[in-house]
Amino acid sequence: MTALREPLIFEVSGEGKRGFLLPKLDVPVKEDVLKNIPLREEIRGFPEVSEVEVVRHFTRLSQTNYCIDLGFYPLGSCTMKYNPKINEKIALTKELLLSHPYSSEELVQGNLEILKNTEELLKNITGMDAFTLQPSAGAQGELVGMMLIRSCLEERGDPRKIVLIPDSAHGTNPSSAHICGYRVQEIKSNERGTVDLADLEKNMSEDVAALMVTNPNTLGVFESDIKKISAIVHAKGGFVYMDGANMNALIGKSKPGDMDVDVIHLNLHKTFSTPHGGGGPGAGPVGVEKELEPFLPVPIIQKVKGHYRLVIDRPKSIGRVRSFYGNFLVIVKALAYILSLGPEGLREISETAVLNSNYIRKSLEVEFHLKYKSPTLHECVFSDKHQRSYGVQNIDIAKRLIDYGVHPPTMSFPLIVPGALMVEPTETESKRDLDTFIDAMKQIAREAKENPDILKSAPHNAYVKRLDETAAARNPILRWSRENRKE
Amino acid sequence: MSYISLSKKDRKEMLAKIGVSSVDDLFRSIPENLTMKDALEVPHAMTEPELNQHFMALAQRNSYHTFLSFLGAGAYSHMIPAVVDYLSSRGEFISPYTPYQPEVSQGTLQIIYEFQTLICQLTGVDIANASLYDGASGAAEAVLMAHRIKAKPKVLVAKTLHPQYREAIETYSKNLEFSVVDIAYSQTGETDLEDLKKKLDEEISAIVVQSPNFFGVIEKIREISGLAHDHQTLSIVVITEPVSLGILESPGELSADIITGEGQSFGLPLSFGGPFLGFMACKRELIRQFPGRIAGETRDVDGKRGFVLTLSTREQHIRRERATSNICTNQAWCALRATIFLETLGKKGLKELAWQNLQKAHYTVDRITKLKGVRRKFDGAFFNEFVLEFEKPWEDINKFLKDKGIIGGFPLEKVFPELVNCALLCVTELHKREDIDKLVMLLKEDSR
Repeated sequence: MTALREPLIFEVSGEGKRGFLLPKLDVPVKEDVLKNIPLREEIRGFPEVSEVEVVRHFTRLSQTNYCIDLGFYPLGSCTMKYNPKINEKIALTKELLLSHPYSSEELVQGNLEILKNTEELLKNITGMDAFTLQPSAGAQGELVGMMLIRSCLEERGDPRKIVLIPDSAHGTNPSSAHICGYRVQEIKSNERGTVDLADLEKNMSEDVAALMVTNPNTLGVFESDIKKISAIVHAKGGFVYMDGANMNALIGKSKPGDMDVDVIHLNLHKTFSTPHGGGGPGAGPVGVEKELEPFLPVPIIQKVKGHYRLVIDRPKSIGRVRSFYGNFLVIVKALAYILSLGPEGLREISETAVLNSNYIRKSLEVEFHLKYKSPTLHECVFSDKHQRSYGVQNIDIAKRLIDYGVHPPTMSFPLIVPGALMVEPTETESKRDLDTFIDAMKQIAREAKENPDILKSAPHNAYVKRLDETAAARNPILRWSRENRKE
Repeated sequence: MSYISLSKKDRKEMLAKIGVSSVDDLFRSIPENLTMKDALEVPHAMTEPELNQHFMALAQRNSYHTFLSFLGAGAYSHMIPAVVDYLSSRGEFISPYTPYQPEVSQGTLQIIYEFQTLICQLTGVDIANASLYDGASGAAEAVLMAHRIKAKPKVLVAKTLHPQYREAIETYSKNLEFSVVDIAYSQTGETDLEDLKKKLDEEISAIVVQSPNFFGVIEKIREISGLAHDHQTLSIVVITEPVSLGILESPGELSADIITGEGQSFGLPLSFGGPFLGFMACKRELIRQFPGRIAGETRDVDGKRGFVLTLSTREQHIRRERATSNICTNQAWCALRATIFLETLGKKGLKELAWQNLQKAHYTVDRITKLKGVRRKFDGAFFNEFVLEFEKPWEDINKFLKDKGIIGGFPLEKVFPELVNCALLCVTELHKREDIDKLVMLLKEDSR
């Protein structure tokens, strides 16, 4: 069935329609309060619709979205796991929801305790010495991490110039280092897909501020030499930054604090199950070892005689990276998640995520090329190499998966695997869902041989067919307007 | 609790398929000395009822919500139509990923496109992004953008910008080659145009002004933007209370180049400061250096309209270290709530909302300034926030009010030492006349 096209709200707008009424103004009207201030008669083009139109509009639009509540979402390095509903309910508690961030401390002790407890638990889980919960997402966590390193090096006398990043890294790593004023030097991967120690040795110098390393890396391979890597960087006075995007593989099994890394960020919207919301809000707490603690962003929370306080007087702090205390309600959900699982439940996450991933890898290793044969943990990266001879690329495989009711895997990285299909199943999926995915992928491998056109023109059953992204970029139409309609 | 869906039998079959005897075999790539021997030090697992109880106890240690509050200062209490909570709680909106696969994400993408359009209409320029983390980091991103375009050694920032936004700009720019210079404020509480003219030269990437500013005063955006353009500098306008745009002329119409701010007023509860909603918009000619995700219109192979994330060559996953920003995950679900909020209120609703805020705040000021021992500190035009100066220390007054169940406002002396005995108060449509009258009565009682 071809779904109906849901118009833009602006296209159904009609003069005078209302979706909400305010109570009548209960104070006397004062005329001319904004004399000499430029005012507007109306917001031109703003919609006018009824409540029922709003509800149908968004309900219809919602039905064109794939989501984790609907099914399997094997996006590598994105950790699309199920989001428990009790956490959503707790985040709606009015005492939390209705508290003002500038409230005096004694009226929000519950909030401050939530933040402090979360910090403590994240310290225990990662083995780091201190945490800040302020960063709003992973990329802001990376930026904060790099700023901490820079401030510490400045205090030692030289902020240095270069940050080393493996060629398998996510694009936010080089971008974050750059905003922090560093030049990026890429480090090669070896034939196992891990950091090439010789290349690291060669590039490590007293001009290097830090190495940013993801562990397990984006191939899902654990950097077994991580302690050696840290030692090489430390020997020349640099810091090791660990991108914790893949912490779902390690929780309860191995602690970054034991790997001699100096800074780590976590993504609460990955490992700790807070929902992705179609692209945020997330949270990217940053953990550090002792030497970096004085540089953490303000405010920090201290417990003094049973009373929680916000402290801003921290002379070495990098300052503020955003307003207030981070994405508080996201942190609430993550805390609820940690408490609901306990020590055994947390270990079960990584164990099951790794089991699910290896089951998929084993089941598809004949049909799909695996560039790196090293053992993998929570994710594995196939490629389209076997299918290329039929003119089929990773994007065609991905779009065809949509026809089988499964969300496509990650394709935009790692750059060291051309035509990558990065699969991360997470721990929450049933064997039945894994098998559905495996069967679909096998079927697609057959189709690639026998009927490649069906892949190249996929998807066939989605709300829209394949969209022309090139045209969108060449002739950008980025907002609705009456003029656009005339074209 | 556990959210695992495998049975014992499933696990056995899966291990057999992989060809290992236990899950531990799959972790052999982690060296022995990095493998945890003990269980994590976290409390024992809680069931759902226990979890509920635990958080109920924590929540009861908060009491802010029981007070009648006049706090604003960058986080505002406004009414939220029921449809906002209802619609935004759908799993199809809460649980999808960033819409990288447009064919299965048209809902999210069309909503971003509508959000961009609403922000353009409110701000009066042609380009808006899908959201940023919050107003403070939005202001910092705007300054970085201006610096990429102009590459001059200074940025001028009004003293009347929200102090936390100012701090975020400082933090973000610390490692880049430009300095932040203050512009003073005048007796009216506006940015001092004489001071601005004195500091303007050819070495400046941008002028940053907030309107209504941190003191609630509406700035002369047209004049400031004009001065900026006379010196080949960009005009950045920051908005922390976007409800004001229901009635004030858009900054774009007043020649601002980049408009950024906080969208929390549009359907997001106070939430102890987060998640909030950064928004950003700019003139079309600046798009190449514009940060953040953008949705655009296109067609599918059958010619049917659809939406995609576009202009991604500006972004980190393609451009890596040369990206216009490192932002990846943003605040999409908060932008969804703002979109539902704005479309529900509509053209007339938002204007009425702004009008009520304006009128109630002015009613409050008119009544309070008739009292002894208190005056309005600045006489510039204001929207829904204003600064009061008392003869007595604000701390004493605040304590008196608190004992009567009122949070009086934001103590300014902490951040602006020169504003002795001054407080910033906010009045919105949620304050009933009797709430305002109660505040006035108590202030009168206290001044005796």
